[in-house]
Amino acid sequence: MDFNITKEQKMLQQLYKDFTENEVKPIAADVDEEERFPIETVEKMQKYGMVGIPIPKEYGGEGGDNLSYAMLVEELAKVCATTSVVLSAHTSLCCAPIYEFGTEQQKQKYLIPLAKGEKLGAFGLTEPNAGTDAAGQQTKAVLDGDNYILNGSKIFITNSGYADVYIIFAMTDKSKGTRGISAFIVESEFEGFTIGKKELKMGIRGSSTCELIFNNVKVPKENLIGKEGRGFGIAMKTLDGGRIGIAAQALGIAQGAIDETVKYVKERKQFGRSIAKFQNTQFELADMQTRTDAARLLVYRAACNKDNKLPYGNEAAMAKLFAAETAMYVTTKAVQLHGGYGYTREYPVERMMRDAKITEIYEGTSEVQKMVVAANML
Amino acid sequence: MNIIVCIKQVPDTNEVKLDPKTGTLIRDGVPSIINPDDKSGLEAALVMKDQYGANITVLTMGPPQAEGALREALAMGADDAVLLTDRAFAGADTWATSLTLAKALEKMDYDLIVAGRQAIDGDTAQVGPEMAEHLHIPHVSYVEDMQKDGDSLVLKRMFEDGYHKIKIQTPCLITALAEMNEPRYMNVGKVFDAYREKEIKTMTFADLDIEAEELGLKGSPTKVKKSFTKGVKAAGVKYDDLDEQEAAKVIVEKLKEKFII
Repeated sequence: MDFNITKEQKMLQQLYKDFTENEVKPIAADVDEEERFPIETVEKMQKYGMVGIPIPKEYGGEGGDNLSYAMLVEELAKVCATTSVVLSAHTSLCCAPIYEFGTEQQKQKYLIPLAKGEKLGAFGLTEPNAGTDAAGQQTKAVLDGDNYILNGSKIFITNSGYADVYIIFAMTDKSKGTRGISAFIVESEFEGFTIGKKELKMGIRGSSTCELIFNNVKVPKENLIGKEGRGFGIAMKTLDGGRIGIAAQALGIAQGAIDETVKYVKERKQFGRSIAKFQNTQFELADMQTRTDAARLLVYRAACNKDNKLPYGNEAAMAKLFAAETAMYVTTKAVQLHGGYGYTREYPVERMMRDAKITEIYEGTSEVQKMVVAANML
Repeated sequence: MNIIVCIKQVPDTNEVKLDPKTGTLIRDGVPSIINPDDKSGLEAALVMKDQYGANITVLTMGPPQAEGALREALAMGADDAVLLTDRAFAGADTWATSLTLAKALEKMDYDLIVAGRQAIDGDTAQVGPEMAEHLHIPHVSYVEDMQKDGDSLVLKRMFEDGYHKIKIQTPCLITALAEMNEPRYMNVGKVFDAYREKEIKTMTFADLDIEAEELGLKGSPTKVKKSFTKGVKAAGVKYDDLDEQEAAKVIVEKLKEKFII
């Protein structure tokens, strides 16, 4: 067992740190305040080979590993949770299923431009009446000649409006329940596909979260991923991988809040000395860092398992459950240690606390993660 | 066009901390970086490569761990990397260093050699120009801008109060200023390549046409008598609104005051 990262990963961390400090951190507060999608950062990430890290080179990616990718999500989330989820949704939820389940033709047509960053991806599973109960899909796809005709809607879709390629789940046979769900690649330009209401959110406010509306959208037959009825399995497997990304995001938010807090408690003086000298501050910081390090080990283990072709669904669920709850715990403590200033937008910890909450909810709530973990025990 | 960029791995002086008890530098755990002037030289070479196409080789002389700086250069976009390393090179001053590097450069193809102006751990600014002298090629130091013009380069050589615009034919050597540009970030895919696909070529004493006594400590004519921290000087007095007559008067008075005249 070796807990040391490689020289290659150290170099990547240095690159990620330089990039996020100079390009992402300076605009993070504005992105939140103005609820603005950070499109300029997406373009920069494309330039430096950051949007398709775990995808092989032959398909436009960087031919890297999932741990190196998770480390980037973590580093981005330290300074801007919005930017980290833009990347995670693109890479884990759109590139990954095409790579893992797509045909060679689909990879050539869609994966290459996605992994190169020429196109942005998204993933649409959730519906107004199908959240945790993903099997309750009401979006329908009916085969008509060479096309499937798609009707219905999706909600809470990350990157919507900015994405060019969407992985969309729909019922092809309602009578079969989860075995009647199929997965499709839908282009933003397909006729009848429109973006609906944009959500106004508590956190990750720069991330675009909208409704997708499908009104008789013709999707070519060759855009079906895998076979008819395999959609639910594809969705669950994709979310197993996605959870590594969200767990890394939660981990980054927690570490970012700790970094800000350490800086603050050294500067802030009360009763004639810096508040870092008080044992309460020290004990709180020790708890925050210990939990965050534990979360990091879980996240890295899940990523390594995926890289080593070992089962990782259970590990990813544990990592997301623990990292998300750690992010919430740590950011709440960070605001407390900042006192009144922490509650203002002058300091980034209030944003981090708002951003942390979603990690307990999306890509499977904490309760769903517990269901996964328990199912592996019983 | 073949460009060789000479780089040095140096301790990141921004990260060096003082031991509060002894007042000495804590060197342990200080991260190593590519010397900033050298990194800008590399960026200038990469810009040439982007614009006109070029093969860029990075060369460093140093201990085996200097490999890290070479891999970083590869991750920024350099094509090849050469590590010049041997215990026999240890303890070299600028003369022995530039001679050793020149002997390695003799074995390589180049149209342009780029070095940084000076290293942040030595601050001599000697190695670049000395290499050019050993190789008998022209050089231009303190370069802040470089444009290609056929087989020639048009360079902007900086002075404290101005600059020279110089046209120079290749092969030649330039020393670059950090002010020349903003070096690019590494590229994720190129980091993977730097560790997984690229090889670092190693050159040792045995590969060079040079005698052992010309190398390292033995080949170094510099004798360091003493190292000390520069004393802080008080700021001078500025007289802004004097005409020539008055200015001359002030100077004469000051010189008399100090018993110089």
